[in-house]
Amino acid sequence: MNHSRRITLPLLFALLIPLALRAQVTPERLLHASDEPQNWLTYSGSYASQRYSLLKQIDPSNVKNMELKWVFQAQSLQKFETTPLVVDGIMYITQSPNDVVAVDPKTGRVFWLYHYAVSPAARPCCGIVNRGLAILGDTLFMATVDAHLVAIDSKDGHALWNVKVAEATAGYAMTLAPLVVKDKVIVGVAGGEYGVRGFINAYEAGTGKQAWHFDTIPDPDQPGHESWRGSDWEHGGGAVWMTGSYDPDLNLTYWGTGNPGPDFNAVQRVGDNLYSDSVLALDPDTGKMKWYFQFSPHDPYDYDSVQVPVLANANWNGSPRKLMLWGNRNGFFYVLDRGTGKFLTGQPFVKVNWASGLDANGRPIITPQPPGVPTYPGIQGGTNWYSPSYSPHTGLFYLSTWEDYGTIFTGVNAEYKEGTRFTGGANTAPIPGADNPGGIRQGPINTYTEALATGGVVALDPQTGQKKWKYAMHDVNTSGILTTATDLLFVGGREGYFQALDARTGTLLWKQNLGGDIIAGPISFQVDGKQYVTIAAGNSLFAFALRE
Amino acid sequence: MKIRWLSSRKLLLCVIVFGVLLFRGPAARGQGQDRAPEYFQSDIQYGAQIFSTQCTACHGTSGDQIPGVNFRAGQFKRVVSDNDLRATIANGVPGTAMQPFAFGASELTGIVSYLRNMSSFDARGSAVGSAARGQALFVGAGNCTSCHAVNGKGPRVAPDLGDIGSLRTAELLHRTLLDPAGSMLPANRPVRAVTKDGKVVNGRRLNEDTYTVQLIDDQEHLVSLTKADLREFAVLKTTPMPSFKEKFSAQELADLEAYLLSLKGVK
Repeated sequence: MNHSRRITLPLLFALLIPLALRAQVTPERLLHASDEPQNWLTYSGSYASQRYSLLKQIDPSNVKNMELKWVFQAQSLQKFETTPLVVDGIMYITQSPNDVVAVDPKTGRVFWLYHYAVSPAARPCCGIVNRGLAILGDTLFMATVDAHLVAIDSKDGHALWNVKVAEATAGYAMTLAPLVVKDKVIVGVAGGEYGVRGFINAYEAGTGKQAWHFDTIPDPDQPGHESWRGSDWEHGGGAVWMTGSYDPDLNLTYWGTGNPGPDFNAVQRVGDNLYSDSVLALDPDTGKMKWYFQFSPHDPYDYDSVQVPVLANANWNGSPRKLMLWGNRNGFFYVLDRGTGKFLTGQPFVKVNWASGLDANGRPIITPQPPGVPTYPGIQGGTNWYSPSYSPHTGLFYLSTWEDYGTIFTGVNAEYKEGTRFTGGANTAPIPGADNPGGIRQGPINTYTEALATGGVVALDPQTGQKKWKYAMHDVNTSGILTTATDLLFVGGREGYFQALDARTGTLLWKQNLGGDIIAGPISFQVDGKQYVTIAAGNSLFAFALRE
Repeated sequence: MKIRWLSSRKLLLCVIVFGVLLFRGPAARGQGQDRAPEYFQSDIQYGAQIFSTQCTACHGTSGDQIPGVNFRAGQFKRVVSDNDLRATIANGVPGTAMQPFAFGASELTGIVSYLRNMSSFDARGSAVGSAARGQALFVGAGNCTSCHAVNGKGPRVAPDLGDIGSLRTAELLHRTLLDPAGSMLPANRPVRAVTKDGKVVNGRRLNEDTYTVQLIDDQEHLVSLTKADLREFAVLKTTPMPSFKEKFSAQELADLEAYLLSLKGVK
């Protein structure tokens, strides 16, 4: 965001709001979603996935006056990982298993509820969750935990079409929010703990007809297959369980892929295991791959690289460059050229001992630990799927972290059987008898973390990969992050606090205990002249705004 | 996700369900229920149609082909109440040829109504509807598509009917076609609101609480109103939907009902 654009913003608002009001969500509007800060039109707020809002009503001087405006209580006790959409004065929320709820974003009152009957065959590895929706025109798109893609009328909550993406009985599931690009709906599949063969599919938004298919694990006729031995690729993983990003100028959509299968017993899958733990740059019209970059070749630690790709335009060595910023579960922060996939720089952002660093091409210089010695970061990674944020105003990249967190990894032989877990691990915490902090809810009591892990938020300078600041948390941090044009940073955490920090310094400006772990990303929007910030915590969605 | 009763298994069904039911005799009908159930002609008719395609291969057209079971005579092996009947059809009978059937509520109501009235029901006196002819009436002479959508195709002024065949019984659909206002469910009542600055909002109520009301207005916008901001607010018991009592013949009504009952939603 350059300076002149900030100056013209109020005028832009005045023009855009009446035009956008009640209009359908066109592909053109999605291209410029960040210019409609009163809305939140995609899972990550825009195609660049910066989770950065231009709204300025709430700022560091008045954020202490934020108060709770309403609460939406999900009719589910499952984890609540949703990021809502806000479209022209209507909010759309997903709740477990696969309900869509349209609510008034001023009051939290419900317009309609769509219930999808999930097949009993569904077996998502890590909770019956859904992270959000995509929209095009008047149609919402939801991926389901039994691996279907459903189109729903945004006005009345009726299903318009429903297609099967993959076989739930084989361990396929979908928990991500779809990404709409032009007239297509793009999704990936979860199932990396079941030895699935991952893929990304695109569907025609109007009909649900499949438009293209991309296998993340190449077969013998596809490039990259040489990174596998024998038939290992058939159960090679590479699941895609988080939403991608899109650069309209390059016409490339970017998607991160998950662990190879089996997760931990890497001797069962000799080779680099492409395209697991990678970012893929695909043509959204055809699904053809333009480039890939593999973060963790032959990964034995479950270092999924499904993080949302964050796209930023910034100077690099004095010249403007199209960058991709990536805080990886493997503990390294990467900067790539998103036009070519070229590695530019990478630095660890948490304690790392599985690699001593990255070579000139970004390949890790691995330092496997002896048996019985902990590897850092541990199974859940230095960060995980929680959405990071990039502020064009501060020029900093922000992510949630698990600090000083290790696991003693032990691979054991895994036999593939369709629909059953295929992980091959007998992993333990570094302290005998103690349980590693789990990726799923820990509960309200916390007496373990200072010995096994802590958490925090870190601000990284993409130019150097170095920390600008760190906000330390007692517990590990499972929250997504939002930054705003007033240099506010909103973040939750597993402890249940929702916090506003100064994005420039990391100083705590405001906090509210919401009483339930936060494993979702905050968003901001504006209705009738009032800026709101919402966050899912526990089993509820909380909406805050300034006190009148 | 698929409704199995419409699939290829159609001729294999109902065999033993009722075959394992305990004999109770006609006098036992409705036992276990708070009051005697009421059955309606449209539901019976609908149930007869389903029975003829789904159940006769095993139970026979007269419902007496399974030893110990005779529907016309009210003879069952285990069933006492209508809820027992519904559960047996929905869940099947393990260890027998009676498989579970994924019938919707309207189908179950129809079949149970038919089974309970098999002895007195005279199919010759009833018009058998054609869903294809009904669809033609729906988009044509009935002018239904001026207000109703089907699976998102059409206006949203009135409820989308794409899954109405799963939501409403045959009898309720029949009554609605004859007397729309009298049969209108509370959930579908239109509302009229006038804001304090004089703006009139007409629409269909979606939700309401003490302080607010949510509706879809006649411009198809989702609107949430704060009652304190309103000068007038009324929930109407009238409906713009016309009665088809005089407009359509019994055959045409049966056709339209058959079409509506065929709308099972997106699966």
